[in-house]
Amino acid sequence: MRNAFAGELTKLASNNLKIVLLSGDMGNHLFDKYKVLFPERFYNCGVAESNMTGIAAGMALAGLKPVTYSIAPFITIRCLEQIKIDICYHNLPVVIIGTGAGLSYAGLGTTHQSCDDIAMLRVIPNISIVCPGDAMEVRGALRAALNHNGPVYLRLGKKDEPLIHKIVPVIEIGKSLIIKRGRNICLLSTGNLLPLAANAAENLTRLGISTQLVSFHTIKPLDETLLSDVFSSFQLVVTLEEHSRIGGLGGSVAEWLSEMPPQHSRFYRFALPDVFYKGAGDQNHVRDYFGITKSEIVQQVIKNYRNCLGSGDDLQNAVQ
Amino acid sequence: MHKDKIKIIARNIRKQTVSLSHSARIAHLGSSLSCVDILACVYFNALNINRKNVLHPERDRFILSKGHAALALYVTLAQKGLFSPMLLNDCGQPGSLLAEHPIPGSIPGLEAATGSLGHGLSIGLGMTLAGRIQLYDFKVLVLLSDGECNEGSVWEAAMFAAAQHTENLVAIIDYNKWQATGRSDEIMALSPLKQKWSAFGWNAREVDGHNIEEIAEALRAALNSKDAPYAIIANTIKGRGVSFMEDDNNWHYRIPTAEEVMLAHQELDAQ
Repeated sequence: MRNAFAGELTKLASNNLKIVLLSGDMGNHLFDKYKVLFPERFYNCGVAESNMTGIAAGMALAGLKPVTYSIAPFITIRCLEQIKIDICYHNLPVVIIGTGAGLSYAGLGTTHQSCDDIAMLRVIPNISIVCPGDAMEVRGALRAALNHNGPVYLRLGKKDEPLIHKIVPVIEIGKSLIIKRGRNICLLSTGNLLPLAANAAENLTRLGISTQLVSFHTIKPLDETLLSDVFSSFQLVVTLEEHSRIGGLGGSVAEWLSEMPPQHSRFYRFALPDVFYKGAGDQNHVRDYFGITKSEIVQQVIKNYRNCLGSGDDLQNAVQ
Repeated sequence: MHKDKIKIIARNIRKQTVSLSHSARIAHLGSSLSCVDILACVYFNALNINRKNVLHPERDRFILSKGHAALALYVTLAQKGLFSPMLLNDCGQPGSLLAEHPIPGSIPGLEAATGSLGHGLSIGLGMTLAGRIQLYDFKVLVLLSDGECNEGSVWEAAMFAAAQHTENLVAIIDYNKWQATGRSDEIMALSPLKQKWSAFGWNAREVDGHNIEEIAEALRAALNSKDAPYAIIANTIKGRGVSFMEDDNNWHYRIPTAEEVMLAHQELDAQ
């Protein structure tokens, strides 16, 4: 995702002279090409994210289109007030790029994990939050973010994640992408869990449960049209995210449900528990530890689907 | 503009600010009065800001980073003719856009909403760099309070501005020696403030923040700064101009009574 971001930004910056890239001393060699082509539109702002975010606001107030870049925790909650006041209160077109979101950089420790960023940003008015599911979606999301006339947080993973899309999809902020259609259950996946969700969907389908897969890339504004649609037509709707169960995609959907009349579908959230992970280990290890695995997703979905149907016999029938 | 005229303008700004604090029920009067002479010099002597160019991309920009002195800024912008002084009557009323801290887009000439301290210098620095990128030569002045220099983000901005040699950026510190609940030099080791800014790579000079000639001269030097941003440490007195408010930190939060407004006006008229 990182490389797709850098490549796409370099492409877009040649046509849009208002784009300025601000880095918080991150992205070693990632922006080499950009820096050679547009040296006057690149600033390494140092390890000073609050100042960088204020600078971005000032640049936007003076007519530019700044993009700020750092590791997700440092570009979000480290400088949360600058995002709130300088960017969002003024409703400025700044694109905030958080890389290594969720557990992507789990191996670097809890300080570098970002499983709370969506919740922290979501309460701020004016901001859009977009979590692309693969490198292709990153490119599409960046195009959309730079065309958007307001603040956007783009939540990226790391690099070399599996591709789901063959070509760059047109991303519209607030409009989800249906990856694969199904009839019984619907998986709403946001961000870098998409490849895992795709594997789980395939597995479930093989087991005879017709599974729809959606890349629910925008968490704010919430795609209420799609939610209304899926909650009235599927027996089970499941959200999947590499983020705390509090305040992320699942939380957003739960809030939405609380304001709606009773829906046809049952709802299940797949997210991280409300605890810090303390220990060494890479993303896969911590995903395993928290049960963010294909088998766990499949198991939980079947268990909840069984509850929807009422008895094991029905499930057997449904599966067959 | 001639210095005597600026002094008269400053007196009028003080009188209106005191009245407005009373009618709008808005505090921070001491902080507003300490920076009036600076505001008068900035708007009536130093910067190229007027009703015609207030939205022009190449205009000079002023940011009140110490947003709690908004009253003094509102009065100054009205005096400058950027909006109708009639609007001031509405200040502080429920629903009014003229609130205790500035609201974005509320009045012409308000470049940025502030109120939480430590934000304005970074925003001003961003504007300065945007000017560089777009090949504009406008100047950006940012007014900070001494208490505001407690915030780490001020020094992040200071270091980055120096690294970028932003000669079009000027910081003015309203050094009135008080912050909300105590002496600023006792709460944090601010002193020696001029040396701190120098050590951070800025051209720095200290002035009497109530001496129009000194402020105007410092601003002239600052706007012609070469290779480095410029910091003006303005030694001021909180509540300046009204004897019973001067250097009395109760006026950080107190709102004057009708009688106190009258007394203040009498004193200011006699000056």
